[in-house]
Amino acid sequence: MSNYLYILWIPLLPLATFVVLGLFGRKYFAKTAGIIGTASLLTSTLLSFVAAKQYFFVDGKVNGVYQKIIALKYTWLQFSPNVSIDMGIIVDPISVMMLIVVTSVSLMVHLFSLGYMKGEERFATYYAFLSLFTFSMLGLILSVNIFQVYMFWELVGVSSFLLIGYYFNKPSAVAASKKAFIVTRFADLGFLIGILIIGFYGGTLDIGLLIEKFTSVQSPEFISITTASFLGASMLTWGLVLIFMGGAGKSAMFPLHIWLPDAMEGPTPVSALIHAATMVVAGVYLVARLFPLFSMDEAALTIVTYVGAFSALLAAVIACTQTDIKRVLAYSTMSQIGYMMFALGVSKNGGESGLGFMASMFHLFTHAFFKSLLFLGAGSVIHMVHSNEMKDMGGLRKLMPITHAAFLIACLAIAGIPPFAGFFSKEEILTAAFHENKLIYGVALFTAALTSFYMFRLYFTIFWSKEAAAKTHHHDAHNDHGEGTWTMKLPLLILAACAVGVGFIPFSQFITSDGAALETHVDMVFSIAPVALSIIAILLSASFYKSHNSKSDKAVAFFGGFYKAAYKKFYVDELYLFITKKIVFPFIGQPIAWADRNIVDGFMLLLANTTAKISTAIKGFQSGKVQNYALYFFGGVLALSVLFIYIWK
Amino acid sequence: MSSTIFILLRQELLLSLLIFLLLFIKIGKERSNESILNIINVLLFINLAAGLFGSSEGGAFNGMFTTNAFIVLEKNILNLAMLLISMQSYAWLKSHKQLAEFYLLLFTSLLGMFFMISSGNLLMFYLGLEMSTIPLAAAANFDLAKRKSSEAAMKLIISSAFSSGILLMGISFLYGTSGTLSFDILTAHISNNPMQLFGFLLLVSGFAFKISAVPFHLWTADVYEGSPVAVTAFLSVVSKAAVLFTFTSILYKVFTPIATVWYGVLVVLSVATILIGNLFALRQDNFKRFLAFSSIAQVGFILIGISGSSQTGSASLVYFVLIYVFSNLAAFGVVSVVSALTGKENISDFKGFYKTNPFLSWVLTIALFSLAGVPPTAGFFGKLFLMMAGAAKENYGLITFAALNMVISFYYYLKVVKAVFMDENEQPIQKLSIPVITKFAMYICIAGIIITGLASMVYDYIYSLSIGM
Repeated sequence: MSNYLYILWIPLLPLATFVVLGLFGRKYFAKTAGIIGTASLLTSTLLSFVAAKQYFFVDGKVNGVYQKIIALKYTWLQFSPNVSIDMGIIVDPISVMMLIVVTSVSLMVHLFSLGYMKGEERFATYYAFLSLFTFSMLGLILSVNIFQVYMFWELVGVSSFLLIGYYFNKPSAVAASKKAFIVTRFADLGFLIGILIIGFYGGTLDIGLLIEKFTSVQSPEFISITTASFLGASMLTWGLVLIFMGGAGKSAMFPLHIWLPDAMEGPTPVSALIHAATMVVAGVYLVARLFPLFSMDEAALTIVTYVGAFSALLAAVIACTQTDIKRVLAYSTMSQIGYMMFALGVSKNGGESGLGFMASMFHLFTHAFFKSLLFLGAGSVIHMVHSNEMKDMGGLRKLMPITHAAFLIACLAIAGIPPFAGFFSKEEILTAAFHENKLIYGVALFTAALTSFYMFRLYFTIFWSKEAAAKTHHHDAHNDHGEGTWTMKLPLLILAACAVGVGFIPFSQFITSDGAALETHVDMVFSIAPVALSIIAILLSASFYKSHNSKSDKAVAFFGGFYKAAYKKFYVDELYLFITKKIVFPFIGQPIAWADRNIVDGFMLLLANTTAKISTAIKGFQSGKVQNYALYFFGGVLALSVLFIYIWK
Repeated sequence: MSSTIFILLRQELLLSLLIFLLLFIKIGKERSNESILNIINVLLFINLAAGLFGSSEGGAFNGMFTTNAFIVLEKNILNLAMLLISMQSYAWLKSHKQLAEFYLLLFTSLLGMFFMISSGNLLMFYLGLEMSTIPLAAAANFDLAKRKSSEAAMKLIISSAFSSGILLMGISFLYGTSGTLSFDILTAHISNNPMQLFGFLLLVSGFAFKISAVPFHLWTADVYEGSPVAVTAFLSVVSKAAVLFTFTSILYKVFTPIATVWYGVLVVLSVATILIGNLFALRQDNFKRFLAFSSIAQVGFILIGISGSSQTGSASLVYFVLIYVFSNLAAFGVVSVVSALTGKENISDFKGFYKTNPFLSWVLTIALFSLAGVPPTAGFFGKLFLMMAGAAKENYGLITFAALNMVISFYYYLKVVKAVFMDENEQPIQKLSIPVITKFAMYICIAGIIITGLASMVYDYIYSLSIGM
């Protein structure tokens, strides 16, 4: 049991780094802060791998089932005899997997930032914030108590606020960080109320005990929570939906997604860390962590499913219309997280029907690598051209061969082209959806095609198209630094290798809803539809955004030829052109983007304005005249008397 | 017999002794302000330390005065707040001619509060209340050169007189219908008849006035703004805490038979208080007015905790007040130093404050975060426990409402933090040299904000002493 105690060091090292760099960084470590942060995180990463090896291959499995091990538990606050808030470390398949994801991606970001953030005035502060964020994220993953989750959850919010607002001289960055914080805090409110409901009925805040109590249909706790109802839904549904609301806020699910695109104001490596691999998947992790509870309530799972599927589709459509490369990536993240959510939604707990759970975790795992690769690649590009806008880019493939190759691999991975990582995980999700809900499967399939389209639109506009633009860059002074230092290239290479390789991990052997291995196999026939759709989407994208004078390149010539055949034989091009340019863009894409800007954002704005207006309207009460005050006082006495003596007696 | 009285009234006697010592200091040989201040602070520290040792339980004067471990704890918290306020006012009092009188007034008021908290009889309660209010009106006038300060004092004394009248009328009604003023006997006579309900509501109005619950709060902003910062801090922390302690114990002890009625009253008051407090706090620029309205909203949250009418209810009240002492006094401490050294009291003056005074900025930020209830500061746990206590009544609409308002309050606290850290200012407040003792008080507050939240034994200790209904 205690032979996992060393895991404690994994979060503690970044915490120590934060304290040291936060207190003394600016004075003593102004130059070396990056090295210190990276070294400390490297240690954490290595420890995570040691833990993973020990858990998955040495002693995690008992009788073919992976056990949930509580490596450490310290009662931090005894609230009442039964309810306590504990701090501890849980070791189970998903927490160990998340350890790997968070430490590796964070390490890559630390490394990349060495070059990217070089010369920034507050370099040490930046690394201090990165460490704080990593610490909070790790603490969240390892939580044994739902309240521990909540505390680290808030800490993640605070540290991401600091990171997004890092360029605090930039008003848009400050506004974005505030928006992100307030929107997610609003969602966290739901989370907190959900915790209180679940904790109140369960009589405990310990996740293990909660699961134990609520998964047996006969337990008194389960009966009391399912029979109590409010507005027509049982308290279990309310509690879970409210908890999901917190998750949806952090994971940018509709309609709480409005902060994510704006949050791209932060430094790009930060986006890679927060908005690709860690914080935004916290919501998915939360649902997965409480999955046995969710699986007991059909209604809550249905909400998870539809919110996920709708977000996936909506974000993909919007992504097609964006011109800021980081915003395209932001929406694509939202879309992919939508996949993970609905995969959880269609899953059941345990056995064969738990496929969705495993698929969701698998996708979370692979997505972390290829999406952080995309963000870091975008970071390199932005570093090069000093702009986020697609129109300022083009023809960069010769200038940045490594970035180009890495970006292409990541695009292929997210598009789900075999044998890249995204293919395997997306296949599992589609299979799970296909067996449970055909409508969701259809949406997922369509979204997959859209994903390929907009990702390759991004790819072609950055690296191909305007050759002229590339020529100006050649003579540009910015070009002096080439693709950046080796610390910027190395993470790209490592992550690219992961984006190719991690798909081959036999994931279902390790991570399933009940801990027992699940047999899965890639069904070739089943894969034909999604892969073919993706390839067609890529070809269409190529025809729109890649200029024609680049046929010389062999690989692309192959795709080009394939495309021409498709063009002549199926006339999909005209159809697609008609649908996208004439129908989808003006009638669906733009209205949705508009509604997103004006109605969803506008509603939040309205709330704020109304509050301010009422505040102005009632200032007359505060006149400064004592006799008026006495009058109101007397009015208060009368009102209370009438209320409580005559009305509510 | 006589020795037990000494033990029971230990804290009151010590405070009286302090008052006499002050008189001697005043009459005795001429001393510099610094030395008087040092003597007083040491005495206050001894006063606090002496209160911490042991506790006693029992009554005196035919049940007029009662005490137990929980009440001793409450008084200790008030002593602590008094000490912190005194330490933070160092810069202001150093150059004030009548500082001995100033302390005399505050100590007398504090003594009145002690008697009020320990009262076992409505008459004793009323005497304590008046004893605590009248000296404060004089203290509010202590910025002798400022017109606003006199205005504040006038408003306070007139409004208080009005509320006392209402309160006395309530007490008369209760006496008229029950024939007794003693808490123990009164309980048995409380029932749902309109006469008694009316008396009870008048009594509640008097309380609501003192804790500035809406709509009895209107005096608060003007008085807070005009009074010297030390008095404002005393009014918003010590005075409110004392009345809240008394209010809770009277509700739980005496008015048990009509618990459903006062639950309703508390709900109505808390909703109005939170809403109005928040809406007004949004638009204030004067820092003291801002803190006045934000503290009104805080009281609304406290009322929710009290409405839980359980052991958790009274424990969470005392726990929150302790945290509130640290957080609010840290904020007032910064305002006090800035006001005493520069005369500036507006939030807009604090723009760019971080550039010149990083230490004070951090103190202010941590204090405001705790007031807003951002984890992991203690303020978060305080609010959480209040909500938990309130949630026991299963009125989820109320809890949701309160939680939503926490988000609004978050907005205006953050606005101040933004001004301090991010806004540009061509003429920021210059670098201030803070008296050592004040700095020390701020360290105590910050340590309190962090430790009270994180160390579970604080809450456990309070819970073990507290009494439910």
